[in-house]
Amino acid sequence: MSNIPGELKYLSSHEWVRVEADGTATIGITDHAQDLLGDVVFVELPEVGAEINAGEEAGVVESVKAASDIFSPVSGEVLAINEALEESPDLVNNEPYEDGWFFKVKLTDESDLESLLDAEAYSAACEDEDH
Amino acid sequence: MGNKTALYDTHVACGGKIVDFGGWDMPIHYGSQLEEHHIVRQASGMFDVSHMTIVDLAGDDAKRYLQYLLANDVDKLKDVGKALYTGMLNEKGGVIDDLIVYKMPEGYRLVVNCGTREKDLAWMEKQASGFDIVLTERPELAMLAIQGPDAIAKAKEVLAGEKADVISTLKVFQGLESGGWMLCRTGYTGEDGLEIILPEESAVSFWQQLQTAGVKPCGLGARDTLRLEAGMNLYGSEMDEDTSPLQANMAWTIAWQPEDRKFIGRAALEAEKTDGVKTKLVGLVLEERGVLRGHQKVIVEGVGEGEITSGTFSPTLGYSIAIARVPMETGDSCSVEMRKKLQTVKVVTPPFVRNGARVYK
Repeated sequence: MSNIPGELKYLSSHEWVRVEADGTATIGITDHAQDLLGDVVFVELPEVGAEINAGEEAGVVESVKAASDIFSPVSGEVLAINEALEESPDLVNNEPYEDGWFFKVKLTDESDLESLLDAEAYSAACEDEDH
Repeated sequence: MGNKTALYDTHVACGGKIVDFGGWDMPIHYGSQLEEHHIVRQASGMFDVSHMTIVDLAGDDAKRYLQYLLANDVDKLKDVGKALYTGMLNEKGGVIDDLIVYKMPEGYRLVVNCGTREKDLAWMEKQASGFDIVLTERPELAMLAIQGPDAIAKAKEVLAGEKADVISTLKVFQGLESGGWMLCRTGYTGEDGLEIILPEESAVSFWQQLQTAGVKPCGLGARDTLRLEAGMNLYGSEMDEDTSPLQANMAWTIAWQPEDRKFIGRAALEAEKTDGVKTKLVGLVLEERGVLRGHQKVIVEGVGEGEITSGTFSPTLGYSIAIARVPMETGDSCSVEMRKKLQTVKVVTPPFVRNGARVYK
């Protein structure tokens, strides 16, 4: 069974977002997603300073199996990207919620968070997908 | 629910992630495809390939029949155990399947793909009229591939005695029987190793003994990245019923001599050769980020277009490689349409990797 932390918010396309203490948002893909993808070999991330919009493509994750778009769950300015993924893309497989994060965003509209799935709803979405 | 091999429960117990593979429930990996790939390049790994179809052929006309059925000539098989790689073609020269045929003491053994089983068997039966032959499928046999620089030593360690002695005598592309098992020095990874055909009731204990000896279970995902690095064709990707061996880097498997051997597809191949073959299979290399994938469009400036037949990330090289069908005039570079962008790639001659090291120039 995949690990779906209760404190995060999710998109049904398998991205997670965590609102940090300073109000910024960190984005990555879920344990369920990394398991579906298999070994991740490259991650293409947005540029620091770029403005991204909720629901739009913000990057690409390439695994041995397939290439998948990364959608941003929220709108805002990209404050940082996870440069460690360049050398160690396997962090996405091994630590999807910790060192395998993708990018951090300064939120422009906190109400974006309201339309996202909670852990329970995301878990149900994964189950639907499996059947 | 698909077909299951004798090792299915063992795969699940080993943590295998099971996927549908040509109608069979097979492990794609046991945790990490990349790790399994590296194990085969550096030490030894084992694959369950029991889903492959094994057909034995006997009868007075067995040789004459295969000389008609196959593009390569089984007359090359002078000694028992010798193996031959060949295409089985249709009348228009397309590849119905690629297969290995072994000369056995009492006839021949053919190992064909799993996804093509039904059409292969139907075709073989259909072509049998007028020949005194008996075709016998052997679903009760399992097949394991043990591959990697340590594979032969590990197999001999587990199979002490007569079978180990037989393994020591094997030449590359040769398979010999011992005590109801067939030990073949063949593979699909570009490494030395064995493919072992054995009674399915022995498969689980043999697998477990190999595992205890340190041979790592590997899934069919790693088998695909390994075979692609080795520049080997996959049926349904590099060739199919609409592709001739001349277009699939398999010209070397067509035995044109003797000229009076009338094999199925010969006339079409001769006509194609006379007209000039229009396409070829080449290797592509993308040393930058990104992964080449099957079916991506290839653009050769001033020449024409082609298509990637198989593409993947090469775990050994650390970047992406592919096999592509391109116009014959293609030079040493071309572009691939990747996610709506054109990316320049190098055109090379496969294989990409042999015995663990880069070999393309």
